[in-house]
Amino acid sequence: MNTPLSWIKAYVPELECTDHEYCDAMTLSGTKVEGFVRLDKNLEKVVVGKIEKIEKHPDAEKLVVCQVNVGTETIQIVTGAKNVKEGDVIPVVLDGGKVAGGHDGSPLPEEGIKIKAGKLRGIESNGMMCGIEELGSSRDMYPEAPEDGVYVFQKDVALGSDAIEALGLHDTVVEYEVTSNRVDCYSILGIAREAAATFKKPFVPPVVKETGNNENVNDYISVEVEATDLCTRYCARVCKNIKIAPSPEWMQRRLSAAGIRPINNLVDITNFVMLEYGQPMHAYDLSTIAGKKIVVKRAKDGEEFQTLDGQMRKLDSEVLMICDAEKEIGLAGIMGGENSKITDEVSTVLFEAATFNGANIRKASKRVGLRTDASGIFEKGLDPRNAEDAMNRACQLIEELGCGEVVGGMVDVKAPLKPLHQIKFEYERINKFLGTDISREDMLTIFNRIDLAYDENTGMITIPSFRQDLEGFADIAEEVARFYGYDKIPTTLPSGSALGKLPFKLRIEQKARDIAEYCGFSQGMTYSFESPKVFDKLLIPEASSLRQTVTISNPLGEDFSVMRTISLNGMLTSLATNYNRRNKNVRLYELGNIYIPKAVPVVDYVDERMQFTLGMYGEGDFFTMKGVIEEFLEHIGMTKKVSYDPNAEKTFLHPGRQALVSYEGKVIGYLGEVHPQVCDNYDIPTRVYVAVLDMPEILPFASFDRKYEGIAKYPAVSRDISMVVPKNILVGDIEKVIEQRGGKILEGYQLFDIYEGAQIKEGFKSVAYSITFRAKDRTLEEADVSAAMKKILNGLEGLGIELRQ
Amino acid sequence: MKEKLEQIKAEALRQIHESEALDKLNDVRVNFLGKKGELTAVLKSMKDVAPEDRPKVGQMVNEVREEIERVLDNAKADMEKKVRDAKLKAEVIDVTLPAQKNNVGHRHPNTIALQEIENIFVGMGYEVVEGPEIEKDYYNFEALNIPADHPAKDEQDTFYINADMLLRTQTSGVQVHEMEKGKLPIRMIAPGRVFRADEVDATHSPSFHQVEGLVIDKNVTFADLKGTLAEFAKELFGEDTKVKFRPHHFPFTEPSAEMDVSCFKCGGKGCRFCKGEGWIEILGCGMVHPRVLRMCNIDPEEYSGFAFGVGLERIALLKYEIDDMRLLYENDIRFLKQF
Repeated sequence: MNTPLSWIKAYVPELECTDHEYCDAMTLSGTKVEGFVRLDKNLEKVVVGKIEKIEKHPDAEKLVVCQVNVGTETIQIVTGAKNVKEGDVIPVVLDGGKVAGGHDGSPLPEEGIKIKAGKLRGIESNGMMCGIEELGSSRDMYPEAPEDGVYVFQKDVALGSDAIEALGLHDTVVEYEVTSNRVDCYSILGIAREAAATFKKPFVPPVVKETGNNENVNDYISVEVEATDLCTRYCARVCKNIKIAPSPEWMQRRLSAAGIRPINNLVDITNFVMLEYGQPMHAYDLSTIAGKKIVVKRAKDGEEFQTLDGQMRKLDSEVLMICDAEKEIGLAGIMGGENSKITDEVSTVLFEAATFNGANIRKASKRVGLRTDASGIFEKGLDPRNAEDAMNRACQLIEELGCGEVVGGMVDVKAPLKPLHQIKFEYERINKFLGTDISREDMLTIFNRIDLAYDENTGMITIPSFRQDLEGFADIAEEVARFYGYDKIPTTLPSGSALGKLPFKLRIEQKARDIAEYCGFSQGMTYSFESPKVFDKLLIPEASSLRQTVTISNPLGEDFSVMRTISLNGMLTSLATNYNRRNKNVRLYELGNIYIPKAVPVVDYVDERMQFTLGMYGEGDFFTMKGVIEEFLEHIGMTKKVSYDPNAEKTFLHPGRQALVSYEGKVIGYLGEVHPQVCDNYDIPTRVYVAVLDMPEILPFASFDRKYEGIAKYPAVSRDISMVVPKNILVGDIEKVIEQRGGKILEGYQLFDIYEGAQIKEGFKSVAYSITFRAKDRTLEEADVSAAMKKILNGLEGLGIELRQ
Repeated sequence: MKEKLEQIKAEALRQIHESEALDKLNDVRVNFLGKKGELTAVLKSMKDVAPEDRPKVGQMVNEVREEIERVLDNAKADMEKKVRDAKLKAEVIDVTLPAQKNNVGHRHPNTIALQEIENIFVGMGYEVVEGPEIEKDYYNFEALNIPADHPAKDEQDTFYINADMLLRTQTSGVQVHEMEKGKLPIRMIAPGRVFRADEVDATHSPSFHQVEGLVIDKNVTFADLKGTLAEFAKELFGEDTKVKFRPHHFPFTEPSAEMDVSCFKCGGKGCRFCKGEGWIEILGCGMVHPRVLRMCNIDPEEYSGFAFGVGLERIALLKYEIDDMRLLYENDIRFLKQF
C-alpha cells in the first residue's frame, strides 16, 4: 500500500512531523512502514518561467535559443525540445539547481543531475526547461504532459514561483506493509485514523453529505442476490447526464502519487474512493444492462466470459458473477466485463459497492487466473457497513466535480448487519497481562482515539464494524500496548525457575557430531525432498519398499517431489559437488530424517527416522569408515561386540565390500564402498565409502551411564597363534570362536597379521592373533592358559583351520 | 707409605684427566678403587703397618680415596653433560615444518547457531523438544488460529501431501503438541526443519530451519516476553545489543510483535549490512492467543504465555555474513571449513 503523506495530512490536519518521524512512529504503533520516497528528491531551484521569444540557433539546426522570463529576470536558455512555443509557461531549473533524471525516463540517478550555466554550440544557456521525466515523474502521472518535450503548465501560475509546488510534487509517498488482519488499513482513512491516534491529533474524515435528485433509483434498476452466501451486501446507485472529462488536478495528484494513473473523472472517482475507503467500486454503463436488473449468482461450470481487458476467462460454479437479466456483465469483485464497460459516450452510470465473501474471491481469482487491485482488497473480507459509506462518498464526488447528476436513493440488498461486537473492559487484567501499570484513564483515552466506545454503565467496549480484528480481551490489550508504546513496557523475566534440558535423543546426536568431526568429517545439510529418479540412480530394485514414498502433491518440480526414504542421495550429490570442484579428501556427515510412510497413501503421521550418514572419498577406506562407527558406538556406551554381516544385499554398494552393522542381534545400519555404477551415475570417478546408522535403532542401546571397573592388578598372559585359514572363513568367525571358547579369563585378542599369496597354499590365507588372558583375583597359572587355548584351538580346527608351525 | 699413596693419587688423577669417555673413567674407578684396585691393595697391606700407625695410614688412604672419588664424579658429570649437549645440538628440528593435524571436521553454521541458541535457552530453564516435520493441517494451521480460508494459509505457500497432511511451514505446531500433553508450566524451545514452496535463490530455500519458543505459566506477561528475548539477543549478539519491539500480526499470538536488534556490525549507526537502518529484524513473537490456549484445553483466564519463532538460517547468514543461502545446502568443503 502506497499513499502520499499529503492525503493522510488532509484528514489529520494538525499532523506536523518530518518524514522520518512519521515513518518511525507509525511503525512503532503497528502500521509498518516499508519505506518512503520524497517526490521532490533532487529537485532544486526549479521555478515557473514563460518563454517570451524563440530564435534559431545559428550553428545547430536542432536547437533553439529561448528568452525565458523567470519572474525576477529574463534568462537565455538553449533547448532541443521540439514542443516549445512562445508564451508557454514551463518549469525551469536555474543555474546551480538540480533535476531528478534525464528526459528519457531511465532510472533516476541517486544524486540527481546538477544543472550549470554554460554554452551550447557556442551560445550561452543559463538553465534548462524541464520535461516531466526530468522532474522524476512520468506521463502516466501527468497525462497532460507531452510525449517528448518540456512540460507546459495548463493553469495560471505565478512566474518565478516554485514549479515543484505548482506540480504538487512537494510530497512524500509512504509504503506500508499492512498485516492481513487490518483490512481497514488498506485505505487512506484507516491509515489516517492510525496516524491521528499515534500522534494524538484529531482525526477529521471527509464529511459526506446526502446526494441525489428527486428521482427514485428503483425506477432505474433492481438488484437480486441469489448467492447470498457469497455476497452479503450489494449497494447500487445511478448517476445520469455523465460528462466525461479529466478529473481535477488535486484528485489526479493524489491518485498518481498513490500509483494509480488518472484516466477521467468517472474512473478516477471510483479509484479515489477505493483508495480512500478501501472499498472497491465498479461503474457500469446502464444502457448495456438488459432488463434494468442486476443478478448476483454463481457462474455455471464451463462457461466463458470476456473481461474488460479483452481476455476470455473460463468459469466454474466457484466464481461469483454479476449479471443482468440476460447475461453476465462482470466477475464479481475481480473485473468488469467487456460488454458493460464505460466508454466516453456513456450517459448513465450504475455504481456498484458490494461486500463479497473474501475467501471466495481469493479462490475465484486463482481459478480465473486474474488478480486485480479490487480482488486483492475484497479477498481480505470487507466490512459491509463500509459499502454504503463509500457509495455515498462517490456520489458526492460526482456532484462536486460536476461529473453528472445523482439519482435519488440507493438500492441496498443485504443480509441483516451484525450488531456491533462488544468486549468487556478489564483494566486490571490488561495491566497484569502486559506487565504494566497504565492508568484506567490512559486506556480510555487510547480507546477514544481509535473509535472504541466505552460505556461506563455496562463496562463494555463497543467495537466499530471496521475493526473486525478485535475479538476479545487480548486484542484490547494489544490496542493498549501499541498506543501506550511497546518500548515503554518494562522488561522482566518470568518468575519461577525451571531446569533446562536437552533430551537424550539430541544428546546422542550431539555425540554423533562430535565423533564424526574428530574423525575428520564435516557436517552437511541436504534437502528432505528429492526426485523419484533417485531410486534408479541408486540402483534400487523396482519392488523395493524404499520406493514407497511420501509424495508432495504440489512440489516445486519433479526434482523435489518425494520425501526421501534413504539418505544417500543428498550425501552422494554433495560429494559429487566437491569432487567436481576438485576438492581432495572430502569427508561429510549429515544428521537428517528419512520419511517412511506407514501406509500409502499417507493418512497419518509417517515414521521420521533420524539417519547418521557418513560419506567420503580420497584418503581412507572401508575400515576407516568402520572405525568411525565403532568410535561413535563406544562413546555412547555401546561397548559390546559390533558384528558385521557381509551379506547386506545393498544394490547401491560394492557387492564384495559392504556389511550390515548389528548390535546385540539388531541391525543398526550398514556401510560399504559405493557401487562403481552408482559412482558413475553421480559423476564421482573415484572410490566412495558410506555408512548409514539408523538412530532410532541405536537409541535403546545407547547410554551415558558409566561404571568404573578397576584396573587389573594381576599380570596378563599372552599367546600368539598363527593359522592357515580357508579363504572363505572371515576373521569375524575366528573371533567368534575365540570369544565363545576363551572362558572367563579371556581378556582380549588382537589380529596382528593377515597374509595371502606365496608360501600359503591355494585357497587359504595366513592369519595371526595375539590372545590375552588375565584373572581378576590371581596370577594365572600355565595350566589355566593352556586349557583355554586348547579349547580355542579345538574350535578353530572345527572351522578347517590349521595351526601354522 | 705416604709417598706411595701420593703416587697412586697422582696417577689416578692423571688418568682421570686423560680419560675421554665414560668407560675410561670406569676403568679408572676399577683400577684404583675396585676390589682388585691399587688403593684396595694398600688397604689389604695394612696388616704390615705397625698397629699404632694404622689409624693414621687408614685416614690417609680414605682421604686419597675420597679425593679420587670426588674428581671421578666431577669428571663423570662433566662428561655426561658434554654428551647430552652434543646430543641436543644434533637433535635440532625445523619448527616451521608443517604440523601433523588430525584434520578434525567442521560443524555446519546452522548447527553452530542452533547450539548457541539452545545453550542460551537451556540455561534459562527451557527444555528442547521436537515435533513431526510431516504434520497434520490441524497442528500447522487450525490449532494455531489459522482456519481454512484464512489468508495466512496462502501467505505461507504450503507443500501438501494431501488435504490433511502437509510439510510443516513453521515449527509453531510443536507448541500445540506440547500444550496438549497437559503438563504445565511449559518452557520449551523446538528447533527443526520447515518447508515452504519458495524457489531456490540467494535468499530463499524451500527447506529451512526455525526455532520455536513457548512459555506457559500463571502470570506470564508481555514484559516477561520482552525481557526474555532481550536477554537472548544480548547473549547471542553481545552485551551491548539493544532490542526494539514493533507491533505485528500473527494469527496465533495477541499482542504480537517483531523484534529488531541493533545492528551488530555497526552498533546501530547504520551501515551496508543493516541497509542504513541501524536495526535488523530477527524474530516474531507474541502472547499466546487465548483461542490457541483454549483449543489446547488451557484456561486463558488462569494461564498466559508467550511464544516466539526465530529463523535459524537468518541468524547464521547474519552472524557469519554469508551472502547466499544456497551455500548452506551445497556442502562445499571449502565453505564448511570456515566454521
